[in-house]
Amino acid sequence: MARELLTGNAAAGYALAMAGQANRKARGCCGGAYPITPQTEIIEFLRAFEFEKGQIVPVESEHSAMAVCIGASLAGARAFTASSANGLAYMTENVFAAGYFRLPIVMVAVNRTLGPPWNIWTDQGDSLALRDAPWIQLYVESHQDLVDTILVAFRLAEDPRVLLPAMVCMDGFILSHTQMVANLPEQNQVDRYLPICRVPHRLRHEHPATIGGLAWPRETEHMRHEIQEAMVRVLDVLPDTLDEFEHVFERRPKGVISPEFVEDAETVIIASGTMARTARNVIHARREHGERIGLISTKLFRPFPREAFRRLLRGRRRIAVLDRNHSPGSGGIFGQEIAASLQTFTGALIQNYIVGLGGGDVTPAVINRVIDDLASRTVAVDPIWEEVMA
Amino acid sequence: MTHMTTVTACDHILRAGNTNCAGCGMSVGLQLLEQGLGATRPTLAIPACCGIVTAGAFPTSGYAVPVAATTFASAPAVATGLSIVYELNRDPHPVVCWAGDGGTYDIGIATLSAAAERNENIIYICYDNEIYGNTGGQRSSATPEGVRTSTTPRGKAERKKDILAIMAAHRIPYAATLSVAHRDDFLRKVRTALSIRGFRFLLMLSPCPTGWKSEPEESVDLIDLAVRCGLFPLIEIFDGRRYRINVRPDGTPLDAYTSRQRRYASTEIDMDRLKASIADDWQQLDMLARVFPAK
Repeated sequence: MARELLTGNAAAGYALAMAGQANRKARGCCGGAYPITPQTEIIEFLRAFEFEKGQIVPVESEHSAMAVCIGASLAGARAFTASSANGLAYMTENVFAAGYFRLPIVMVAVNRTLGPPWNIWTDQGDSLALRDAPWIQLYVESHQDLVDTILVAFRLAEDPRVLLPAMVCMDGFILSHTQMVANLPEQNQVDRYLPICRVPHRLRHEHPATIGGLAWPRETEHMRHEIQEAMVRVLDVLPDTLDEFEHVFERRPKGVISPEFVEDAETVIIASGTMARTARNVIHARREHGERIGLISTKLFRPFPREAFRRLLRGRRRIAVLDRNHSPGSGGIFGQEIAASLQTFTGALIQNYIVGLGGGDVTPAVINRVIDDLASRTVAVDPIWEEVMA
Repeated sequence: MTHMTTVTACDHILRAGNTNCAGCGMSVGLQLLEQGLGATRPTLAIPACCGIVTAGAFPTSGYAVPVAATTFASAPAVATGLSIVYELNRDPHPVVCWAGDGGTYDIGIATLSAAAERNENIIYICYDNEIYGNTGGQRSSATPEGVRTSTTPRGKAERKKDILAIMAAHRIPYAATLSVAHRDDFLRKVRTALSIRGFRFLLMLSPCPTGWKSEPEESVDLIDLAVRCGLFPLIEIFDGRRYRINVRPDGTPLDAYTSRQRRYASTEIDMDRLKASIADDWQQLDMLARVFPAK
């Protein structure tokens, strides 16, 4: 295990490469690669890596990058790629296909604002636009969290109880281009953590099947329902993958959601990605002044961990959900999910805040303003936008 | 995950009970493909087109080889992933894309061009019925000038795209045309394609009685006429540079082909211009085959 100072993109490239290399004793690894800012360094890293049994194909578009992953996974290999923003949007058709095919592909999504207007800075609107795709979605808040979560994502996606693709999302530039220290695992550790990738429905000549053809409504409904059941099982399988991670790497990655000071809190802030790190510092400071305030950092977005939120938030009086994304005509997407999860609560004031859209800085001052604003309210209103609040 | 069809391995590539229309050129093409491949069993990547409707509905399949049904524009990229992993694992089965003209000439051309440029180890076969047959017969860039489709009710205004020349311009090792009426030539070309590594492109004119408004029993004869009147040259291009003409026109009049398809029954079609462009194409082909002959 080496402690290294590196960018988020380099950390992601390293973790993907180690995971791919770990399948060399099985059917190898393969993925498609297409550049887009701020993801480009990841695929540069992967193209430069010398796999013993693997190939990264420099394709002509993100749509094809995912198509190569689909073909490789259908042939039984470990498959992965990375993308961002409009690239993800262009890839969307095949993102859905990969999930409906039940292929354990892993993708790193570097969150960036969907254009127009052209804006390369962070915004979760790109990956959250794929929230209705059959993909596990995980959001990370540091380089260490990123490396660990990518490895966990492979283990989770390939688990026979799951067999769904997984997307690991990180904030563009704030993580992708910033150097931080992280513990990087050795290849032999990754080999121990990631078993041989088995795609049970891979195409075989001994069992010639047609995958992805026509199905009648009833069969289609069955297949969709199986995906729902697999998504629900992720919540049971994920703790196992973390236990095993701790056993191999001697550290424990962040769980589904990470609560701090929530038990006795009146007010709780819910945030994801790097916003959660900033919020943590603010909450620690305000705790020192005696405020009964807590934080929940959300890693898992799909499947949405409803029960965990219900359990933790029972009895809390004021809840602020921070969203670095916007669903036009509705509001913040995490806000919607939390409100829907807590619909059985009475009395809790759940207020959604739209902050840092288009890569705007979410500074401690912003978090403090949110907390003060929340304290001043007696009823929840439509999502409050940061610039309106200011 | 058990949503897989089960068939017996000794079946033909195209099994009995498939859902193809009577007189479908693709059905004949699949049978000739199997004969050409001999004991070699392919893995098929098929985009959205009649070729995947052929499979029928889950849990049955009209195909007795592994098939990946891809999104419309993706067959060559999915085939790339399959082919690379097969090579990593020394799996000898060839990966074959089986695609209609829409997925080849139109929505799929970027993906097709990119896979050809990378010279992926794939056999790509386009069964060209000059129409979006799967959606009921609309214009594609493969549809000939003047022909009526449901989206060109007064006849198509533009000429057909020369996809073979486009593919040859990628300098891929092998590009050729296939006729379901010329069995020996068809089988030889499939065998030639099988013996070469890299990207191989085969273009098959594929009769579509519903789109061509022709009689199903005349399908194979129509292709024979298309070759004999010079409309569909049977040729091979090696490395995009060396040409071989396989069958020459024998003076059969163009009307013998067009008069048996009601899609050509349009006042917009200028038969003289069509004949002139066929003659022009042959002049160029003859020149290329003479100056740059295949060894």
